[in-house]
Amino acid sequence: MALPQAKLDATEARLATLTLPEGGWSAAARRDALARLREMGLPGRRDEYWKWTRPDTLIQPEAPEAALLENSEGQIFSQFERLKIVFTDGVFDPEQSDDLEAEGVRIDRLADVQQQDIHWARDLYGKLEARGQSPVKRPLAALNTAFATDGVLIHVTGKPSKPICLTYHHRDTRSDAILHHVVKVDEGAEVTLLENGPAAARFNKCVELDIADTGKVHHIRAQGRDHERRAATHLFARLGAESVFKTFTLTMNGVMTRNEAVIEFTGDDAVGHVAGACVGDGDFHHDDTVFITHDAVGCESRQVFKKVLRNGATGVFQGKILVKEGAQKTDGYQISQSLLLDEDSQFLAKPELEIYADDVACSHGSTSGAIDEEALFYLRSRGVPYGEATDLLTLAFLAEAVQEVENEDLRELMVERLGNWLARRRS
Amino acid sequence: MLEIKNLHVQLAEEDKQILKGVDLTVEPGKVHAIMGPNGSGKSTLSYVLSGREGYEVTEGSATLDGASLLDMDPEDRAAAGLFLAFQYPVEIPGVGNMTFLRTAVNAQRKARGQEEMSSTEFLKVVREKAKSLKIDADMLKRPVNVGFSGGEKKRNEILQMAMLEPKMCILDETDSGLDVDAMKLVADGVNALRDEGRGFLVITHYQRLLDHIKPDVVHIMANGRIIKTGGPDLALEVEKNGYADLKAEAV
Repeated sequence: MALPQAKLDATEARLATLTLPEGGWSAAARRDALARLREMGLPGRRDEYWKWTRPDTLIQPEAPEAALLENSEGQIFSQFERLKIVFTDGVFDPEQSDDLEAEGVRIDRLADVQQQDIHWARDLYGKLEARGQSPVKRPLAALNTAFATDGVLIHVTGKPSKPICLTYHHRDTRSDAILHHVVKVDEGAEVTLLENGPAAARFNKCVELDIADTGKVHHIRAQGRDHERRAATHLFARLGAESVFKTFTLTMNGVMTRNEAVIEFTGDDAVGHVAGACVGDGDFHHDDTVFITHDAVGCESRQVFKKVLRNGATGVFQGKILVKEGAQKTDGYQISQSLLLDEDSQFLAKPELEIYADDVACSHGSTSGAIDEEALFYLRSRGVPYGEATDLLTLAFLAEAVQEVENEDLRELMVERLGNWLARRRS
Repeated sequence: MLEIKNLHVQLAEEDKQILKGVDLTVEPGKVHAIMGPNGSGKSTLSYVLSGREGYEVTEGSATLDGASLLDMDPEDRAAAGLFLAFQYPVEIPGVGNMTFLRTAVNAQRKARGQEEMSSTEFLKVVREKAKSLKIDADMLKRPVNVGFSGGEKKRNEILQMAMLEPKMCILDETDSGLDVDAMKLVADGVNALRDEGRGFLVITHYQRLLDHIKPDVVHIMANGRIIKTGGPDLALEVEKNGYADLKAEAV
């Protein structure tokens, strides 16, 4: 079907500002992605999955200007031993990065595609993204595959002793960054991936993650506290048998953040958890769009999303569990909740279940609520001042999502940052 | 210590008078009991004193050591030394009992210009007090009152009272929902806190709690007023004859 003229125009206007990189081994994948993108067009408000999130600033030809963040709290993961990989305005920054050699892992730059053929990456680059285009179109991910200028290719062969930490710096108020990372985790291998930092004025990021049987990945991402962040991120994960994948995102501030996670269970008895805790006020807009496909027996998926919204902030959740025929003994859980701290904020949620197997347990729930007045009075009657009591109850609301972070130190760090965010807004 | 004068209270949402002129003075070191039938205004009195929203004071005053309680926020009343043991303690999922206790203790200390308690000191004190109320480590770790039995919730109220060391304690039907053993445990906890500087106002339907917490003064409340005041014998009289005679007498 031909694209509507407006969509066609918007797509071509955006493409006019981009140049297809010299692809090397990725050239074919990039050409395919561009063809996919031309066929589907960039997102518009009439698209079912974009009706609550305006794509305008994410697709307009030039990145809108975004102020740099003055961060008094310091980099979030700085207290942890980690292998640092730094990108500044979307370009790998060797000065600030560690030596990429480490036991149990091989790391290459996507930008080095000309120099060497990384065959494992060639087999994955754009492949999981392409799989993830059905049944829901994800045009910004196709754009990413076609035009990504940098990124890392991480092949985890063992158990690296330290987490691999991708840190994004934003130095140019008009930078428009497109990064694409590919992560391949071998059988029995295990890795923790950390991501943090405001990346650019506008950020389009895509991660493709392929976890072989019994592989394990923990992914903790901190987005914030840049107020003018405009980011569209995609995570495509394929999970082999008995593998474990747990991803948690902390989001603070940002006028436009769209995080999509597309997870597919292809091997039996695997575990996949996607969780997020987000806090925003004012013109904050945050969208979690999740699609989980169960195409294997006995897998467990969990989606736990909590959003705290104040001063007219908007939160969106679109989460789907698809259980294919034959995916018996599936255990699917989904909860999305918002705590609205005033009457101006809104939470828009669309939980979806589509089940073609008959022996499964799937549940979903979505709620919006205010601070529990009874609990608030109880705390105050014990001498806890109003502001502190409200913060305590707000953190309690977020707890179920934060609980998804397995590592205790990281978990406490998330709580601390959330607590600081709330305390800064207490008057 | 606690002085209530001609207190008139109505529901904020509707024009319904609940307290119609309550006069009551609790002296330091004394235990006053308020008994009365359902709907007499006992719980309303406790809520109004602790600052719960939804009530409107139309007349009268309530002071603690001379300071007007009715003008204060609930947290300031607590810092001033008032404590209400709830009839229905509130469950707070996601907030650990220990965090809750420590936050409360330190908030009050801060409000009074005292130094915050260190975590080691706090742990030592809370463990000791919890032990005497048969509150185990698990109950301290769990979220506040979540999944607690009726008895555990009431014991948890008394633990909070013991930690906060208020001047004036109001116990709102602390005996409701308790079996005999649990009531004894709670009463022992309260008795351990009795001293010459501390006042108690014990609100109850039944005399049996007063077998364990011996009152100095007993008030009978009906229809928004205190209709009779006497010694411990008055409670026994009510137990025997019910409230009907007293109400008839008051009219």
